[in-house]
Amino acid sequence: MSFGRILRGILLTLVGLFFLFPLVWVGLMSFMTNADILRSPPSIIFSPTLENYAALVAGELSTNVGALKIDYMQNLLNSLILSAGSVVLSLLLGVPAAYAFARFKFRLGENMAFTMLSFRFAPPLLVLLPLQLYFQDLGLSDTYIGLIWVYQLITLPLILWIVRGYFEDISEDIENAYRLDGHSWLRTFLKIAVPLARPGIAAAGLLAFIFAWNNFIFALILGSSSIQPVTVGALAFITASGINYGQIAAALVLSILPTLALALYAQRYLVEGLSLGAVKG
Amino acid sequence: MAFLDIAGIAKSFGKSRILDGLDLSVGKGEFTVVFGPSGAGKTVLLRLIAGILQPEAGDIRIGGTSILSQGPEARDVGMAFQNFALYPHMPAFENIASPLRARRTTEPEIRRRVHEVAELLRIGHVLDHLPKQLSNGQKQRTALARSLVCSPSVILLDDPLRNVDAKIRYEMRQELPRLLRAVGATVLYVTQDYKEAMALGDRVGVLLDGRFRQIDTPAGIYGAPDDTRIARLFGDPPINLIETAARDGRITIAGTAFPAGAAPGAGLRPEDVEVRFEPAEDAVPVDLEAVTPLNVRTVMLLRAADGTEILASRPEDQGDDPGRGRRRAWARLDLGRALYFDRDTGARLPAATA
Repeated sequence: MSFGRILRGILLTLVGLFFLFPLVWVGLMSFMTNADILRSPPSIIFSPTLENYAALVAGELSTNVGALKIDYMQNLLNSLILSAGSVVLSLLLGVPAAYAFARFKFRLGENMAFTMLSFRFAPPLLVLLPLQLYFQDLGLSDTYIGLIWVYQLITLPLILWIVRGYFEDISEDIENAYRLDGHSWLRTFLKIAVPLARPGIAAAGLLAFIFAWNNFIFALILGSSSIQPVTVGALAFITASGINYGQIAAALVLSILPTLALALYAQRYLVEGLSLGAVKG
Repeated sequence: MAFLDIAGIAKSFGKSRILDGLDLSVGKGEFTVVFGPSGAGKTVLLRLIAGILQPEAGDIRIGGTSILSQGPEARDVGMAFQNFALYPHMPAFENIASPLRARRTTEPEIRRRVHEVAELLRIGHVLDHLPKQLSNGQKQRTALARSLVCSPSVILLDDPLRNVDAKIRYEMRQELPRLLRAVGATVLYVTQDYKEAMALGDRVGVLLDGRFRQIDTPAGIYGAPDDTRIARLFGDPPINLIETAARDGRITIAGTAFPAGAAPGAGLRPEDVEVRFEPAEDAVPVDLEAVTPLNVRTVMLLRAADGTEILASRPEDQGDDPGRGRRRAWARLDLGRALYFDRDTGARLPAATA
């Protein structure tokens, strides 16, 4: 083995440790009691307990000043509804729009695409106050639909710009050939463009899902506890009597699982070759 | 009456005018080759007919009806793209079946017709392969099968033999005309290989500067090109274009005078130049500069005393070996077969004035 390869192995291990250690530690913490966690020096030898998970599932947070009701399972469900809802909506709107931007040159097309992207430039806090006022008047505050709508600011530009690139990479002649076979442009879009851009759509969808899942500020301001996602719900673990590190760790593990599962599932679409050798360069 | 009628088509990209008032009429069942150097607008012409591009002026009619207002899917035109443009996520069978599916053909009928055309093109054994599993020759045949399968009224073939290896190209050059005649197709075939144009076309249209400069049978274009540019495009090695001077009923070619009519510039095909290695009365003394054997033909570069370069070509198996080195030779020019061109315009002059 050459020196370069050894060096690369060492560096990769270091990077891996750096990024994975916190995750591993959180995983361990979720099986510890608060006493184990706060012990100094910390030790990885402890008797594992499922107490933290049990408390989350039961919705009872026991502190030294008595039991506290939390609704973490509801938060988890909310996160799922909000993220999945906004990604689905973004895909329905963004994929056709991305196709239009990729294939057709129309007046102000570039400007429109850039405006979409510029939604991501504005700091959320800047738009939150007016948004909150609108939402109260429209009756949208504290509804799933309202939050999913606002989440489009996060997910739609992402999907639009990623998928657009994939559409642009598809040889136009493949679509032209399909049109010439006698198919309408809508069928061409559905049967040729979308299947060929599927790796890109999967990647964009996954990324958008993660961004939506991790959003904190919109949900904090615009939603009450009944529709709040895990990111906001986790605040409940900071109680008057102290911070329940064990439950926070367990909650974190639970909140990672859905995105992790989705990423593993979408992986095979991500690595799928794009053009599959149809066109000779 | 012409079946496919193209009148006054113009198309520009940005500032450059690609097609400029192009006319073409093709009879039903005719095999027309569109020939021109790269960038001449051959592919653009096919795309205009297919409906992928829109012309700025002019009209395209099929069977007397203008098709310009119709989308590509309504034109009943089949096209094989130069880059094949197969659907990468569908097996060969579905690629070929696509036009039939668009016409809502029944499943047994689809199967029958796909297998029929696949047998004809000898790709029956790879119908369940994805395009990436096919060789270039098979891809090309699949693309061809797709354009043929529902017998469209016009078939456009965009240099379909460009991306396949020499052996398949040769085979297909033999097969294609038979195949297309069997389906009775009206074909426009684009190529920039003059041999392909000559081998395949009932007629050949030479596309230069946005228009067809000459439309004729292959023999007509080779034997009587309208001007020097067309003459130079057809033939390999290319035609010799030699400055001549006429005086007292004789013309001087490369320093040697011949009894002939006045002619400003002569074009002589290399096969009409005979090379000898003994002095001859009516031959131009030259130096043999280079010999290139091309299997069945030998091409020789000759240089006359006044610097004129002449290419000669002759069958390989001649008694006298020209050798490799530079040597003295005599070129006999078959002036009876020479073409004469106007020096300024390049237009061919009728033989009578020569």
